[in-house]
Amino acid sequence: MISLTINGQSHNVDVEPDTPLLWAIRENVGLTGTKYGCGVAQCGSCTVHVDGVAMRSCAVPASAAIGKRITTIEGLAENGVLHKVQKAWVDHEVPQCGYCQSGMIMAVAALLKDKPKPTDADINSAITNICRCGTFQQVREAIHAAASA
Amino acid sequence: MNAASGIDRRAFLVKVAAASGALTLGFDVTQAAAGRAPEITAWIVIQPDDTVIIRVARSEMGQGTLTALPMLVAEELECDWSKVTVEFPRPDENLRRNRIWGDFSTGGSRSIRNSQEPLRKAGATARDMLIAAAAARWGVAANECRARNSVITHGPSGRTLTFGKVATAAAKIAPPTEVTLKDPAQWRLLGTPVRRLDVTDKVMGKPIYGIDVNLPGMLHAALMQCPVFKGTLKSVDESGIAAMRGVQKVVKLKDAVAVVAETWWLAKKALDALRIEWDDGGNGTTSGDSIRDFLLGGLAAGEAGIGRTDGNLAEGFANAAQRIEADYSVPFLAHATMEPQNCTVHVTGNTAEIWVPTQNGEAAMASAAHTLGISSQNVRVHKTMLGGGFGRRGATQDFVPLAVLIAKEVDRPVKVVWSREEDIRHDYYRPVAMARMSAALDAAGMPRAWHVRMTGNSIWSTLMPTALRGGVDRQFQEGFLADMPYDIPHYLADYAIRNTHVPVGFWRCVNHTQNCFFRESFIDEMAHAAGVDPLEYRRRLIGRHRHAKKFLAVLNAAADRAGWNTPAAPQTYRGLAVNEAYGTFVAAVAEASVGADGTVRTPRIVVALDPGTIVNPLTAEMQSESAVVFGLTAALYGEITIKDGRVEQSNFDNYRMLRLAEMPKVETVLAPSGGFWAGCGEPPVAVVAPALCNAIFAATGKRIRSLPLKNHDLRKV
Repeated sequence: MISLTINGQSHNVDVEPDTPLLWAIRENVGLTGTKYGCGVAQCGSCTVHVDGVAMRSCAVPASAAIGKRITTIEGLAENGVLHKVQKAWVDHEVPQCGYCQSGMIMAVAALLKDKPKPTDADINSAITNICRCGTFQQVREAIHAAASA
Repeated sequence: MNAASGIDRRAFLVKVAAASGALTLGFDVTQAAAGRAPEITAWIVIQPDDTVIIRVARSEMGQGTLTALPMLVAEELECDWSKVTVEFPRPDENLRRNRIWGDFSTGGSRSIRNSQEPLRKAGATARDMLIAAAAARWGVAANECRARNSVITHGPSGRTLTFGKVATAAAKIAPPTEVTLKDPAQWRLLGTPVRRLDVTDKVMGKPIYGIDVNLPGMLHAALMQCPVFKGTLKSVDESGIAAMRGVQKVVKLKDAVAVVAETWWLAKKALDALRIEWDDGGNGTTSGDSIRDFLLGGLAAGEAGIGRTDGNLAEGFANAAQRIEADYSVPFLAHATMEPQNCTVHVTGNTAEIWVPTQNGEAAMASAAHTLGISSQNVRVHKTMLGGGFGRRGATQDFVPLAVLIAKEVDRPVKVVWSREEDIRHDYYRPVAMARMSAALDAAGMPRAWHVRMTGNSIWSTLMPTALRGGVDRQFQEGFLADMPYDIPHYLADYAIRNTHVPVGFWRCVNHTQNCFFRESFIDEMAHAAGVDPLEYRRRLIGRHRHAKKFLAVLNAAADRAGWNTPAAPQTYRGLAVNEAYGTFVAAVAEASVGADGTVRTPRIVVALDPGTIVNPLTAEMQSESAVVFGLTAALYGEITIKDGRVEQSNFDNYRMLRLAEMPKVETVLAPSGGFWAGCGEPPVAVVAPALCNAIFAATGKRIRSLPLKNHDLRKV
């Protein structure tokens, strides 16, 4: 049994310590907004924040997140108000199938915290999430919009 | 209430739906039936508070059907768009009601093409019924009333009633036998950019995709199919998992093994710890080389199915001023939907309930019924959101029988989820294909004769053999038949089927994805041989085709927007391609540069698109961008290779995807010419590779005749 703090709530989770954080979040805690895409930290669909840092949760053992603040897509909006990245995503109609977008949004939210006004080059190197629907053009526009919000 | 499991699933689902909005689960008409107004037609329910519920039979996989199809209804219904919500009827409900919602299958860019008429009629029918109900209440003639924005107004008196006030009465009125549809000039909603209805849920992680289904008492399964296609299971040594926690059962199937456990992660760990022996079924030595040799035999074969023949080829070749020949080839491609394949099944006695992200809910239902040997009437199917489709979840519903066979062995609902590796290694791939081109040019450099010999793995002959006519697979030759835009006096397109042991299927834009590359690249070769500008050459060659005007219009629109006749940026070169697929005319101009180190960059791609009629320009434009990414990913990197009978690739580290940094600026010119309805989801995919490769030729003088580009050395020497 390990204790995980997710979106401000503490959860006792009965998993082996080496269970990827992704599966603990999805299967044991029951928050399914964080997605499985590859399991090898390639696609970023599983991106969450661990102490404010974007992490690909499929490659993080649950035990490594003990005592840390984990934020998932479900916890990004505060008091029912969309995060500025989510707002920009709505304004720019970014999602298509939407499956990768939780991870994409979490990655971008972390980027904007680090670099409030990212250049295209910053975006290119930081946002390496895979989107098979090819929403990248809208993603870039929405990032710049969120940065100037 | 399900007595065996103690699960009141309906209550569970209603609770979830009520908590977070209908889109969050895939919404069944019956689930929220309590407190519902009666339906006016099968497509439309209007609540007393004026909420308009519109049913969508096709699947939403990112392409925007969930918004575009209701727009078709709403236009004629004259309802207030801001009051529209949507729900998916269940396939089994459709069966029970004599397929009142028609065809559920979602592919071939046909959702709008095939749904527009019934949906517009459904809207018009309901509108007439609402007006009739209001007229009856007022005791006036219906033709003195009109509907607009969910309000019915009696012209002479100015009295008004909202739809919600008369919906219950309208539901009791006999539907009109005939309705008049609006002239497109009268449309207020269709053709305007309308925001998608599912975006807000999607940015909050709320929608439930198949992989997110969670039922009380549910177990999880991970599976491994025989790595060599068509092989079978020999033995499983379970000793390694005896002490592993959470494991419930090892299910052995003819060609697969699954572990059922308390969580998927535990199931996957146990699966990986099994020692499994397979019988490769005789295909264990098949490799890329042997497949290549097999197809080369097809290129040279004496017998081939003729798709189209004009004039006399021998005569055409007889007096050629110039003869050009080239062989082209493309590899297998996996769909790689972001959501791996999955299916949740609960089998109880002779009934089954399934939850599945599918492009064809009715096929999923039939497949489950067939697997269990029960009637489709006994299968309840819940369609969920799809994390991508691209054809993977359409004609082939392989995930359904596998999940059903696994769930049959367990007394509880089981969610079966493919690992990414399993998903890449067990797809129904875009076929491997080759084309041998021979053309004779006249003194002016224009083609007198052209023989297109194709070979490769036929989808139709393996998945739907009844589609063949006289043994000829015409679909494999799409783009080279009546849809071939060019005038060639002496022409032959034929195809020698060469089926490998690798399963093939419908991959976004299907055979156009290779054939447009073959055709538009070779036309570029002809233009180069003739010393004529590729745009001008095409303009001269598109002469007598019955759709010549439409081909030329998109070609010119793309060229104009790209500035074909003006210089590109330094070191940047242009290439173009034109095609027709699924009734849509599309052209692209790609701008590319090739660095000294051979790196290909594509700063800009212009697409011109004529699907006849555009319902939602916003989603049409996004589908164009999406299709460009799909086509560009395949052109640059896409390749599934076979070694020892099995797929060599396994995940995104060796089956590379385009990422944001490589995204070109995509400009889409929407050029609907009116008078017909086609689709936007697929057609632009096919023009990307040839436009890009033609640009690379312009940049380097190197003609790309095989994909992907990653296999070519484009360094300056």
